[in-house]
Amino acid sequence: MNRFFGFVKKEFQHIFRDMRTLLILFGLPIVMIILFGFVVTTEIRDVEVGIWDRSMDQASIRATQKIFSSGYFVPAGYIDHEEEIGDLFRSGRAKVVVVFEEGFERNLRRENHAAIKLITDASDANTAQLSLTYLQGVLMTYFQSVNQDVEMPWSVNMKSRMFYNEEMKGVYMFVPGLMALILMLISALMTSVTITREKEFGTMELLLASPLKPREIILGKVTPYVLLSFTNAMTIVLLGFLVFDVPVKGSLWLLMLECMLYITLALSLGVLISTSAKTQQMAMFMSMLGLMLPTILLSGFIFPIDNMPKVLQWFSTIMPARWFIVVVKNIMLKGTGFAFIWKETLIMLGMTLFFILASVKRFKIRLN
Amino acid sequence: MSKREHIIEVKDMVKKFGSFTANDRLTFHVERGEIFGFLGANGAGKTTAMRILCGLSYPTSGEIYVAGHNVYRERERIKKKIGYMSQKFSLYEDLTVSENIRLYAGIYGLGRKQIASREEQLLDRLGLTYIRSRLIREVPLGWKQKLAFSVAIFHQPAVVFLDEPTGGVDPITRRQFWEMIHDATEEGITVFVTTHYMDEAEYCDRVSIMVDGRIDALDTPAALKQQFDSKNMNEVFLKLARL
Repeated sequence: MNRFFGFVKKEFQHIFRDMRTLLILFGLPIVMIILFGFVVTTEIRDVEVGIWDRSMDQASIRATQKIFSSGYFVPAGYIDHEEEIGDLFRSGRAKVVVVFEEGFERNLRRENHAAIKLITDASDANTAQLSLTYLQGVLMTYFQSVNQDVEMPWSVNMKSRMFYNEEMKGVYMFVPGLMALILMLISALMTSVTITREKEFGTMELLLASPLKPREIILGKVTPYVLLSFTNAMTIVLLGFLVFDVPVKGSLWLLMLECMLYITLALSLGVLISTSAKTQQMAMFMSMLGLMLPTILLSGFIFPIDNMPKVLQWFSTIMPARWFIVVVKNIMLKGTGFAFIWKETLIMLGMTLFFILASVKRFKIRLN
Repeated sequence: MSKREHIIEVKDMVKKFGSFTANDRLTFHVERGEIFGFLGANGAGKTTAMRILCGLSYPTSGEIYVAGHNVYRERERIKKKIGYMSQKFSLYEDLTVSENIRLYAGIYGLGRKQIASREEQLLDRLGLTYIRSRLIREVPLGWKQKLAFSVAIFHQPAVVFLDEPTGGVDPITRRQFWEMIHDATEEGITVFVTTHYMDEAEYCDRVSIMVDGRIDALDTPAALKQQFDSKNMNEVFLKLARL
């Protein structure tokens, strides 16, 4: 047992003496979560809106005021020609133009029907789509409040609520996704690199020729990363809570256990990579291209899985992160218990087992 | 000669990689306390054979005993009794001299007190005490090599395997290194060394010369020179290679 601890100690020394490793281990998670939390959001803020008010009556002016007092939009000025819409978009002064038809209030009163045209600069499709949704929301709420007393026989009163994320906060999406990404990065990438480093420097031969058993070598190498990854996972949860108010509604213990499972999964994947990569560069390349990109693109972290082509949807089922994200969202945001995530847990367990068995098999081939 | 004195006993060892035969029915033995040179050109199969003896790779067939243990079934026991030094003088660059010594000593199961006293002795003998807390990456190559060898025999193994231990170091350091090897045999350690420097063969008690996966000659350097009517081992080797 002593020889094992000596070996683990050495692994910690490697980590704490290498500035680059330290930066990736401790700097990266914090920088990523702050960046994602503040910069990459699905909310809109201060979108410039131009107004083409062709009636300039009380109703249209009120509606305009409502738009700018909502907090999402800032005025980009009034225009009075159709050509100016293009000017606004091309010069980038406005992302959206709201057009009130002529005689807006009169039509509203007489025919109970008036038209507003919303024109967006869709060269940035995301902002355009979001702005439209927000604008429609603002205007709907306003006109509904105006018409409250007027009882219309066939009017449908629609109300929507966003369960588990009432304010539609982007960070709610990113905290689980980032956990999946960062843990995959640290566990899989770092272990595959540190193991191939021993191969590259020839120290692996020495270890294999020593009384240390191969499983002791691998365990000794991954143990520090298990501890550090776990610390990282908890840091992310804590940061999410303190800085972005992302709650942990379910059991923290369950969350920790699932994190451990996912870390083990990522580590076994890292070990598997290291059995086929000959150099550190190779290992890094394989982890980056083979793990990072698919994790970002196909796990549902950024792009919804349901909107993907069928082939990619199937492909996404072999991404460990996909299942982990579901689990984390369930525990953190919905507060569900194990009964609702046993399937995902089982899948991750199966993957872990598969990667470990595959690594052992590849390792044996190498010896023969 | 009784079998007990054969620290390594190899009979009909074959190693195949697919259809390629790296070791073709090697048969030889190494006696306790001798320096056994394992010579051959690059790709002759030296390293393959040595890796099998160290338990780093399984043979395809053959009867092989190292330190009295079967290489198929008793690898763990063998590993405790051998030392190994690879071509790259593999120490950890980001650990200090002292940390490297202690790490390997710990892996071989030495106790803390034992490690401390032997470490003093070792550093004292090498004259390296003043750089004990320096990182390996700051230590010159020649010293690294000596240190790697000292670490490989730190646990006093029955036999130490040296895989081309003198690559890339200057002639003077090489000479000093061979003196260290001789000192090790005085302590009862058997040395199994591969090399492709033929002049180094002269320092060995017996040498075997491998060509294309087979052992073509095996005897003392003096006997080989006589047999092939050569002035030095280099000539012996060239004559063998031409056959």
